Amino acid sequence: MSRNEPFGYYPGCSGQGTSAEYDSSTRAVCAELGMKLQDLEDWNCCGSTPAHTVDHSLSTALSARNFVQAGKQGLFDIVTPCPSCLKNMRVALRNMSDEHIGPQASKLLGGDTLQEGHTIKSVMQVIHEQVSANEIAAKSIRPLEGLKVAPYYGCLMSRPQGLMQFGDPENPMVMEEILAAAGAEVLPFPLKVECCGASMGIPLNEAVTRLSGKIIDLAAALGADVIAVACPLCQMNLDLRQGQINRAHKTHFQLPVMYYTQLLGLAFALPHNELGLDKLVVDPQPVLDKLANQRRAVANAMQTEGAA
Amino acid sequence: MRIGVFICHCGTNIGATVDSAGVAENAKSLPDVVFATDSMYTCSEPGQDGIIRAISEHALDGVVVAACSPRMHEPTFRRAVERAGVNRYMFEMANIREHVSWIGKDKEANSNKAFELVRIAVEKLRRNRPLTPKYFPSTKRVLVIGGGVAGIQAALDCADAGIEVIMVEREPSIGGKMAKLDKTFPTVDCSSCILGPKMVDVAQHPKITLYACSELESVSGFVGNFEVVIRRKATCVDNTKCTGCGLCAEKCPSKKSFDRFNEGVGTTTAINIPFPQAIPKKAVIDKSFCRQFVKGKCGVCAKVCPTGAISYEQQDELLTVQVGAMVAATGYDLVDWKVYSEYGGGRYPDVVTSLQYERMMSASGPFGGHIKRLSDGKEPKNVVFIQCVGSRDVSIGRPYCSGFCCMYTAKQAILTKDHIPDSQSYVFYMDIRSPGKGYDEFTRRAQEEYGTQYIRGRVSLIYPKGDRYIVRGVDTLAGAQVEVEADLVVLAVGVEAAANSPHLAEKLRISYDKFGFFMESHVKLKPIETNTAGVFLAGCSQGPKDIPSSVAMGSAAAAKAIGLLSKDMLESDPQIAQVNINRCVGCGKCINVCPYKAIREIDFRGQAKAEVIEAVCQGCGLCNATCPQGAVQLSHFTDNQILAEVEALCRC
Repeated sequence: MSRNEPFGYYPGCSGQGTSAEYDSSTRAVCAELGMKLQDLEDWNCCGSTPAHTVDHSLSTALSARNFVQAGKQGLFDIVTPCPSCLKNMRVALRNMSDEHIGPQASKLLGGDTLQEGHTIKSVMQVIHEQVSANEIAAKSIRPLEGLKVAPYYGCLMSRPQGLMQFGDPENPMVMEEILAAAGAEVLPFPLKVECCGASMGIPLNEAVTRLSGKIIDLAAALGADVIAVACPLCQMNLDLRQGQINRAHKTHFQLPVMYYTQLLGLAFALPHNELGLDKLVVDPQPVLDKLANQRRAVANAMQTEGAA
Repeated sequence: MRIGVFICHCGTNIGATVDSAGVAENAKSLPDVVFATDSMYTCSEPGQDGIIRAISEHALDGVVVAACSPRMHEPTFRRAVERAGVNRYMFEMANIREHVSWIGKDKEANSNKAFELVRIAVEKLRRNRPLTPKYFPSTKRVLVIGGGVAGIQAALDCADAGIEVIMVEREPSIGGKMAKLDKTFPTVDCSSCILGPKMVDVAQHPKITLYACSELESVSGFVGNFEVVIRRKATCVDNTKCTGCGLCAEKCPSKKSFDRFNEGVGTTTAINIPFPQAIPKKAVIDKSFCRQFVKGKCGVCAKVCPTGAISYEQQDELLTVQVGAMVAATGYDLVDWKVYSEYGGGRYPDVVTSLQYERMMSASGPFGGHIKRLSDGKEPKNVVFIQCVGSRDVSIGRPYCSGFCCMYTAKQAILTKDHIPDSQSYVFYMDIRSPGKGYDEFTRRAQEEYGTQYIRGRVSLIYPKGDRYIVRGVDTLAGAQVEVEADLVVLAVGVEAAANSPHLAEKLRISYDKFGFFMESHVKLKPIETNTAGVFLAGCSQGPKDIPSSVAMGSAAAAKAIGLLSKDMLESDPQIAQVNINRCVGCGKCINVCPYKAIREIDFRGQAKAEVIEAVCQGCGLCNATCPQGAVQLSHFTDNQILAEVEALCRC
């Protein structure tokens, strides 16, 4: 699949709400990189966590319907920014050939049948596969030089290993390579695939403040300016709940938590409104200031050099 | 011919699902059978006496026993018939236990099948001929492959019994893994103090010739008369001139060479003597770091060597030796633990292997016996040990227990406290396996006297935080997640067969299991022997073992070799190929297929013919199957005998 052909784009429910900035920044970055995204028509929720905790057939059918919709548009290679949607959709493709779940899910699809040959990948993986580091560097007219980034994938991007096919499940390096190409100083972040607490924020808030607290704590200890994320739920736990975390642990972190697409967008000098920086809870201004200062320092140095 | 048939019950092993008495009754109808009976345990003394009595009472000249596998008791019964004056090859065995009673429950079907097998055996026996073994002299010299503690013990025991020994060691020094250890459990005595004298004995024993930096190139021949080619790898140092003074290593400018002996803890020079007690104490050049080889110029060691022992042009040397027996004692290697990303996969300098930790603790190690971290040289206070790294893990294809890690971890925890009294050790374990003399007491001492905290559970993640490491795991007894802050993490890395073990096994023509460990002849009753006569096993080459077991096995292998070579003449197996010279057309196909080079072409009155070299033939039968003329026949398994068996089966 080359990036000249359009990918089917599945934004996921979060992309319509809590992670609208992930959706918009993904679209902006992909457009800049020349990747055509074509929205799936009349798509539905992948089923998220509730569907498969209740009924695997239902969960499978919900996700499978999106492939059916894509097939009607002639789209077989789907991308999605959300790791949770990706996992559900991949499980659905697997389950459709399961001897028990497959027939039940097919029944739920009504008259529609799932064709062969559907694939789904994360936007991150496709960028990594289709765009070279040199190309990203060339597009980065405002490189993220001097910015210390803690890359955080969350638990789902790389696991389960067999299903997600994302390299070493304990130590994926894709985000590092992309952000380093954009000029960032990417820190080795040992908790990059740890759980943030996921949806426990509602039933057992303590779990989220404890687990996400450790992630922020370590990122801060490593001197990170920003945590780069790729999952709407991780972003919410680390960003929206950072105040809760601070209250629970009597800390005072103000560590921006940004989607990797927002950081790429900054490097590509895309308009801030397309990147949705105003949607972030922890103010990203320190990140912008640092980048601006860095640029100024570089410009001054060049000027002095030129004068001399 | 007068044949006697004996059907065994093997207690209930056969008797429960085969009508042994009925089979015996039916057997009386078979041609040439003049006597048939059943017995409870044919292999027992009364059982064997019954065979001997029947031979004399009924004037039998052939015997069939239907019982277990011939691998189990064929030699037993052959000896019995021989005692009664019948040639031992006038005996056949029908396997009605492994092939019948153990695999089927239907008594009638089993009994029918047992009878068919007896019929086959009788038909073959009717075509048997008495065979007589020949005798040949053996070379009273033993080859010991591997100079670890097991090989050293085997070599010393053989040499003390007056048998010459040739020892081949891959590394520059003998001593194996034990030489790297600081102390040994459960007595915590100094490893090099108890091993060192034995290494010196090997060097000084007049009966032992040691080839270090050498490997087995090829093996031919057979028990008593092996011909072995040894490759002496070029060390670029002339051992006859090197005095081991160490001046070369002192002056060597390439000081960042990988230190194999110290497991990469610290560095060494490109030319070095691996450790002070090395045997032989000769310098060796590591070509991958030597400037003379990497950059093409240096020559410092050649300039400073007072005896002119350095020779950069030295080439590998091949050496042929004759030996009568061989002991494979090739030891083990550590599992590649870097597959475990959750332990850092090698990214963190203060996550070390247990063997590295031994070098860090050793008084003769790179740190002079003061434990310090590889990252910043600080003394660690909290040390976490993780057991079963690469052992008992189906997910990486290592399902077996490495056997001694529980013990050395307890030892290392005790030693840590001895070295650093204000330290605290933690051990994550699955089970504590300490079934040896004084072993369980030892692990308890680590806990009770030395305050080591044992946590039953696995570690899911190690990550650095500040200059320490967070070790996260589960305490399955408390049912809780635990996190321990550690300055140093020691992984009890499991055992795997030494690198290239399968390759060596193929050269020795012995079997190996799916993990590369050499296979013993019988897991319980012949743990030292292999399926190739004259090749014996010692130490971890057969499976993970601690030092006492390795030493015991070394002595056992020596006893086997000494026993074998104590006879002046060895008996040859007469079940070998023979050429009917009238039928042979001299096509040479048999010469090509023979894996033992046991057939040669001769000139017989101007015609090419094949001839079997009796002492070399192993009786595999490939030539027999290949010969288009049926001229080559394997004695005791001739075409006529096998066809008679097939025919007997088809008639059933």
